[in-house]
Amino acid sequence: MVLDRPEVTEGAEGAAPKGRGPRRTGVRLGLMAVPLAFFGLFFAYPVAAIVTRGLKTDGRWRFGRIGEVLTDPATGHVLWFTTWQAAASTALTLLLALPGAYVMARFDFPGKGLLRAVVTVPFVLPTVVAGSAFLALLGRRGLLDELWGVRLDTSVWAILLAHVFFNYAVVVRTVGGLWAQLDPRQEEAARMLGAGRFAAWRRITLPALAPAVAAAALMVFLFTFTSFGAVQILGGPRYATLEVEIYRQTAEMLDLPTAAVLTLVQFAAVAALLLVHAWTVRRRESTLRLVDARRTARRPRGAAQWGLLAAVLASVAVLILLPLAVLVLRSFDGPDGYGLAFYRALASAGDDGVLGVAPLETIGNSLAYGLAATAIAVVVGGLAAAALTRREGRLVRGFDALLMLPLGTSAVTVGFGFLIALDEPPLDLRTSWILVPLAQALVGVPFVVRTMLPVLRAVDPRLREAAAVLGASPLRVWREVDLPMVGRALAVAAGFAFAVSLGEFGATVFIARPDNPTLPVAVARLLGRPGELNYGQAMALSTILMLVCAAALLVLERVRTDRTGEF
Amino acid sequence: MPPALKPSTLKPPAPMLRLEGVTVRFGDRTVLDAVDLDVAEHEVVCVLGPSGSGKSTLLRVVAGLQRADAGRVFLSGEDVGGVPVHRRGVGLMFQDHQLFPQRDVGANVAFGLRTRGTGRDAARRRVAELLELVGLPGAERRAVAALSGGEQQRVALARALAPSPRLLMLDEPLGQLDRSLRERLVTELRQLFGRLGTTVLAVTHDQGEAFALADRVVVMRDGRIAQQGTPLDVWRRPASEFVARFLGFDNVVPATVTGDRADTPWGEVPVPAGSAAGPCSLLVRPGGVRLVADGLPSEVTARTFRGDHVLVSLRPERGPALQASCALAHAPEVGARVGVAFDAEHVVVLGG
Repeated sequence: MVLDRPEVTEGAEGAAPKGRGPRRTGVRLGLMAVPLAFFGLFFAYPVAAIVTRGLKTDGRWRFGRIGEVLTDPATGHVLWFTTWQAAASTALTLLLALPGAYVMARFDFPGKGLLRAVVTVPFVLPTVVAGSAFLALLGRRGLLDELWGVRLDTSVWAILLAHVFFNYAVVVRTVGGLWAQLDPRQEEAARMLGAGRFAAWRRITLPALAPAVAAAALMVFLFTFTSFGAVQILGGPRYATLEVEIYRQTAEMLDLPTAAVLTLVQFAAVAALLLVHAWTVRRRESTLRLVDARRTARRPRGAAQWGLLAAVLASVAVLILLPLAVLVLRSFDGPDGYGLAFYRALASAGDDGVLGVAPLETIGNSLAYGLAATAIAVVVGGLAAAALTRREGRLVRGFDALLMLPLGTSAVTVGFGFLIALDEPPLDLRTSWILVPLAQALVGVPFVVRTMLPVLRAVDPRLREAAAVLGASPLRVWREVDLPMVGRALAVAAGFAFAVSLGEFGATVFIARPDNPTLPVAVARLLGRPGELNYGQAMALSTILMLVCAAALLVLERVRTDRTGEF
Repeated sequence: MPPALKPSTLKPPAPMLRLEGVTVRFGDRTVLDAVDLDVAEHEVVCVLGPSGSGKSTLLRVVAGLQRADAGRVFLSGEDVGGVPVHRRGVGLMFQDHQLFPQRDVGANVAFGLRTRGTGRDAARRRVAELLELVGLPGAERRAVAALSGGEQQRVALARALAPSPRLLMLDEPLGQLDRSLRERLVTELRQLFGRLGTTVLAVTHDQGEAFALADRVVVMRDGRIAQQGTPLDVWRRPASEFVARFLGFDNVVPATVTGDRADTPWGEVPVPAGSAAGPCSLLVRPGGVRLVADGLPSEVTARTFRGDHVLVSLRPERGPALQASCALAHAPEVGARVGVAFDAEHVVVLGG
């Protein structure tokens, strides 16, 4: 019997790489030129420069320093703390967020879109703001302190909870997004074949979900491993991650060699993590057959499911809404009772000269920098995604991983590296405003690529062929077939790039000119000063930033109906 | 408009499409193996073959979507080896249509007109004309997602026809449609191509479709052409056991021809006069298997209604199973014992 199987698939797979190989590779290299130049100049070069500065004195390499720093018990202590707090944060996040992922994926209830936006707010919120939110909840004069005299701000619990707060959305989006697209009929088929409810879940859904869970866990581990702002604010003198230690060594101890070695250690750890991540992502992409997410969700049924929904809502309320609410509350809790005193104070520079400018002006700075950074990230990331659309080739895979590196590299190193490396002609950018958006775009590009790539890869190549046969040139094919399909993903990607640029702190704190700080930098400086007014202003500024981020996210939720991206 | 008649002393015009020794390999698998094929202007040629025989790859080579490892492709006498896809001026209707999902029906059909710089008004008139032609008048504003399979197929056809390609290629054009729609569309397409004088190269794995559509059928096997000819020729005289079996004939046995008889596992079978002597494969079409009182004793194992006749499966006393075509009124019951005789007229001596 002749099998009715389309022949063209195999043709399409095998055809292209053989077909116009050299020309295709040429086009791809052309597309990659801009991203490669960008990462070379503004990532590899500054990082290399600062490592060189640290390890080279009087023109001689001092590799002995590496051994010295590595064997220093203090380094071991930092490395141990960094690793175990990341592992603990990851485990805690998974424990709390996986039920949330299930509820979002399989249940249909009023306010689901709002809930999804709410849990995502912390992810794009500047770490500094989140740190201040937890300080307002757990710290000195915090809510718990006033109610029960409990203070957690110098304990590791504050750090762990803050990390859950940040990364809840990573798990819900990565795992829940996939879970919603798994065909429930697969589980039903298993049930029909005699598997119990749990057995069906364990044998069918769990294996399908496992790579996504692993990928989410790795992302959370990566983010918490390199955590800076939250640990800086909540950790006190006792707790420091590698990133915080790099900052201390660079900015406070002025011990560049140690900072350089720590940077290399973090770099190696992150590179290893990314390799594992790339591997799990590839496995996930290749194997699953997905259905429309809108068809898989339904109303909860029975006490158990309603109970689960209630528990998830309660945990979101405590973990995410409460810190945000306390932050807002504090911003209104002025010296003369509740009012707008702190907000009014934002309009003037103040007399102690903490910022040198009116705090309100930093909002304008942040928005301007954020827009510029978004433009850069969209161009660079968009070109990279276009180049990476076709999956084959070792080159592509390497580039894929390379794009994620900035997410895990010490932002402090990058920031300080900018100052050291980009200070000579022809690249003397020290006094240029573009320095800040460039550094922020480094963090935005991975988000743009990660959002656009799955959509671009989902475009049926034969659609492009159909357009070509109808007389469309390659450029026109891209404009008329690809662009309309990724337009929405592009908007989402731009939104995320904007939000992370807005919140970037580690690099910006180094390179923002003192008279032109961004909002997160201003918050950190205000928090670093004593006095109720400074504290209150920090809370008020954070509230404003939070509202801007939340508004951006709600708009994105409207735009984003397909959930194929990772974030 | 018919071309002006040329004096017969001139060289005949180059064929619309000519393939010379076209070879395509995927890794160490040869998908097309030195294929030679001509398609004349206004001719409708259908390439027929099982999955994996290289049919779709053939179309992709002509369209320029797949580079040939060896051989040349000529369109109207011009070697198009270096011409990119979008400048070849051929049309290709994809197996699953590949309509642009974010455009409406009108914009899909107009796509090929816009890339050729046709003016807005001219394009609008042409789109309306084509939608009329494929039986979807006034569907310009409809969303592609809201179309049924048959309607999508018509839109895809209109889109491929709109720029008036010199050669229209169809990849399993009706593959995904249900039977009744399919049969109606085959007839419609045939009339349409005749009226427009379109040169067509289609591929399909469905012989019914191929025979109904084509002036000439090309049967492919493992990247080579196994047989070509008019539908009637191929149907009546399959060139090999492969072609016979692919067309659905199962009464094929090894045989040795001597004079006007052949020695087969079923015993002696008469063969048409002039058949070459010696060992061969022998096909007896079901119409040539007569149920008689004497003859080869057989048992009826199954009956399958085929509309105007019944296909009777037989287990003969010796030799492999046989299929006989019977008039509705005379089909024996399952389990009945009958005798079998063969008609020389329906016996075909196959090469190889």
